[in-house]
Amino acid sequence: MNPEHENADLVQYLTFMMDDEEYGIEILAVQEIRGWETTTVIPNSEDYVKGVINLRGTVVPVIDLRLRFKLPHVEYNELTVVIIVKVEVDGHDKIMGIVVDAVSDVYNIEKQQAKKAPEIGDAENRAYIEGLINVGDKMVVLLDLEKVLAI
Amino acid sequence: MSIDLSQFYEVFIDESFEGLETMEAELLNLQPGEVESEIINNIFRAAHSIKGGSGTFGFNAIAEFTHEIETLLDQIRNGERELEANHIDLMLKSIDCLRDMLRAIQNDEPQESEDAKQLTAQFQAILAEQAAPSGASSDSETEEGEPSQAVSAPAVTKVTNIFDINFTPEPHLFKTGNEPLFIFDDLAEFGELEVVANVQSIPELAELVAEDCYFSWNITLDTTQTEEEVLRVFEWVEDDAKIEVKLVAQFEEEAEEVNDSDKETTKAETPTQDNEVAKDSPKSEASVAKADDDGAVTPPTAQNTSTPKNEFRPVAGKTKATEKSKSDSSSIRVGTDKVDSLINMVGELVITQAMLNELGEDEQFDHSKLTALREGLAQLAHNTRDLQESVMRIRMLPISFVFSRFPRLVRDISQKLDKQVELTLIGEGTELDKTVMEKISDPMVHLIRNSLDHGLETTSERIAAGKDETGNVTLNAYHQGGNIVIEIIDDGRGLNTEKIKQKAIANGLIEETDGLSDQEINELIFQPGFSTADQVSDISGRGVGMDVVKRNINALNGTVEVASEPGVGSTFTIRLPLTLAILDGQLVKVGDNIYIIPLVSIVESLQVDMNKVNSVGGGVDVLRLREEYIPILRLHELFNHPEACQSLQDGLLVVVESDNEKVGLLVDDLLAQQQFVIKSLEANYKKVDGISGATILGSGSISLIVDISGLVKMAGLKKPGQAGLDFAKPLSEAV
Repeated sequence: MNPEHENADLVQYLTFMMDDEEYGIEILAVQEIRGWETTTVIPNSEDYVKGVINLRGTVVPVIDLRLRFKLPHVEYNELTVVIIVKVEVDGHDKIMGIVVDAVSDVYNIEKQQAKKAPEIGDAENRAYIEGLINVGDKMVVLLDLEKVLAI
Repeated sequence: MSIDLSQFYEVFIDESFEGLETMEAELLNLQPGEVESEIINNIFRAAHSIKGGSGTFGFNAIAEFTHEIETLLDQIRNGERELEANHIDLMLKSIDCLRDMLRAIQNDEPQESEDAKQLTAQFQAILAEQAAPSGASSDSETEEGEPSQAVSAPAVTKVTNIFDINFTPEPHLFKTGNEPLFIFDDLAEFGELEVVANVQSIPELAELVAEDCYFSWNITLDTTQTEEEVLRVFEWVEDDAKIEVKLVAQFEEEAEEVNDSDKETTKAETPTQDNEVAKDSPKSEASVAKADDDGAVTPPTAQNTSTPKNEFRPVAGKTKATEKSKSDSSSIRVGTDKVDSLINMVGELVITQAMLNELGEDEQFDHSKLTALREGLAQLAHNTRDLQESVMRIRMLPISFVFSRFPRLVRDISQKLDKQVELTLIGEGTELDKTVMEKISDPMVHLIRNSLDHGLETTSERIAAGKDETGNVTLNAYHQGGNIVIEIIDDGRGLNTEKIKQKAIANGLIEETDGLSDQEINELIFQPGFSTADQVSDISGRGVGMDVVKRNINALNGTVEVASEPGVGSTFTIRLPLTLAILDGQLVKVGDNIYIIPLVSIVESLQVDMNKVNSVGGGVDVLRLREEYIPILRLHELFNHPEACQSLQDGLLVVVESDNEKVGLLVDDLLAQQQFVIKSLEANYKKVDGISGATILGSGSISLIVDISGLVKMAGLKKPGQAGLDFAKPLSEAV
């Protein structure tokens, strides 16, 4: 009946690179991908909030995902990418931008195959991780965007 | 085919609220004893739409409750009952109750309410009373046929009529917006109904016009209603259809039910025809859509013979099962003229764009084309501005949306206070932004209550003062510059300046020796906790109020003032910006950042004279400006921009006022002043301390708008007291 039914378990993920690791977010959350542009700084905000940009008339905050994950900061260059995503935070749809090193690929991922992240390392970062999954011989970290962007 | 009715809930609720407003306004026009049929009809129509709509969507509690109102109205309309003052009161209360019920739907709460039950009981008590013998009873031509309502009289014989009705509509019936289903529904409420559709006149499919009606119906109705009542059901379609009603049989029987309303009687007689069925059946949107989609084959005809009941069951069930949509979003109804003008302007814009495009694609672009280009750009600027104004106008609604609720309010309060009050509304057509409108209504209610309670004298006092015994309250709205001005004028006793002064001295707000003018003293009523009322009534006088009014209005970037003359009256004047969406602002530079300070809050900007700066304990600097000490807030400290200039001499001080307190903001430089469209920062981010919103500059980059009162809070400054400075904690600790 429903044409989507047969591969309902398959979810498309967009993956991006950060500090040589590959991370994935559900592609349906992605609105567009932009280059880095100068932001307007929000006073007294956390260091990972890089400020706000004007996205065709909408004020959109930009989050540096490296800093959010407490990874070392790298200088932005012309390859730095901002992924504009729409997530539901506290019951409201919010549009936000996340700064990542580079966009990588799109995979069809069977969500059930994902493994839980091992209980080691930074507990805070672990909360952002939905699961780990193997694609070919690579490992992709699937992110829980809602948690990542609950700021 | 099923339709998700919940998508129409919002429209229904909006319309019902409007209907209730109409009912309320019309009810207030009614006087006991006199029945103006036009007014009653207006109320009736509004009630009927609400009943119909709520029935459609399965809000049975509302439908049933509205039915009670309708029954009473119907009797009044037919002259079977005199309109009494308590009827008006009861109906007004019912309107409040219906509002609550509608809100309950909005909030996804159950609509059943205790109030409704109580009011229903009251209606039934009234209806159970013997209808007033008002001479012109409508049953003169119905022989022994009782008007249905009189069934309540004890030991009355009940007449059951069996009618044979032939209903042959003209083909254009649907185009006139009529729906036979409604009629059958209404008839079904009268008694046992059988509907047989004649389908022989349906043409071949190729010749079939989907919008035409090819059916006629034979209806058998077993009812206690009179022929007249039955014909009334067809009132709307009598011009578009052939209607024959024949009385085929008549029975008399002893009434089983005594002292019961008409509705209940009908119910008891016809157990198969429970109310739910009649009211759950799809109407309006649902059935109209059905008719369209199925090529005018409406449900009852699909099976040739059927009572509406069986057909509608599934849909009714569906309605209930559907999840109620959350109505977070609010809507505006916009006049088509405004939309038309928008479309015009967009048309212009497209033309200009095409023209500029042509210029841009011209291979041989040279100086000669430059003039054309400039003209094109000028035209574009013009179009854009027009478009912006028109778009803003969409949010503008006439202030009558707020004003319309006040006649009721004044009526209720004046009854409670036993004062005679006449309310005059002027400038109801004055437009202002919807968001402002929503926020101004509460402060206005407060001011009006205040005028009625404290402003106006009692009737005896007025007579003693040689005034007309009816007090006057006038609401006046008009535009002035970019503001809307709303005046609340009463011709009461005016403010008691001496009393306010004494009270203020007693409260330590002012000193006997302060030498304030009367005007300044009068303004003291806006201070927190200030009330001069000797008696605390349940209407006003608790001393919370005027300061809240002032704070609410200030929060909208508006002001409120009072002018008063003893014995003549007081005038409260509210001034508000027309819209919250646009702000006049001053661009300031702090380090690498550009912020915007709302122009309304800026008092002056100056270069700091270091000789007048004193350091108060804890690192707070204050500037002596004329007779005042003004604390200095360094924006770069509060906003954490270390790259900005640090010393007082190098920067500029913008003196701003918020909540009656002045502070100086240290900035690097002043830039341009202009109008900004306010954008929300919270929509995608969160509330930021000291920032009220964002806007987009001409360059396309974003600039943040400074929230002055938020800044003061951030800095931890308390309001400087009268006797000197009083800081809650030092600035250095706060940042």
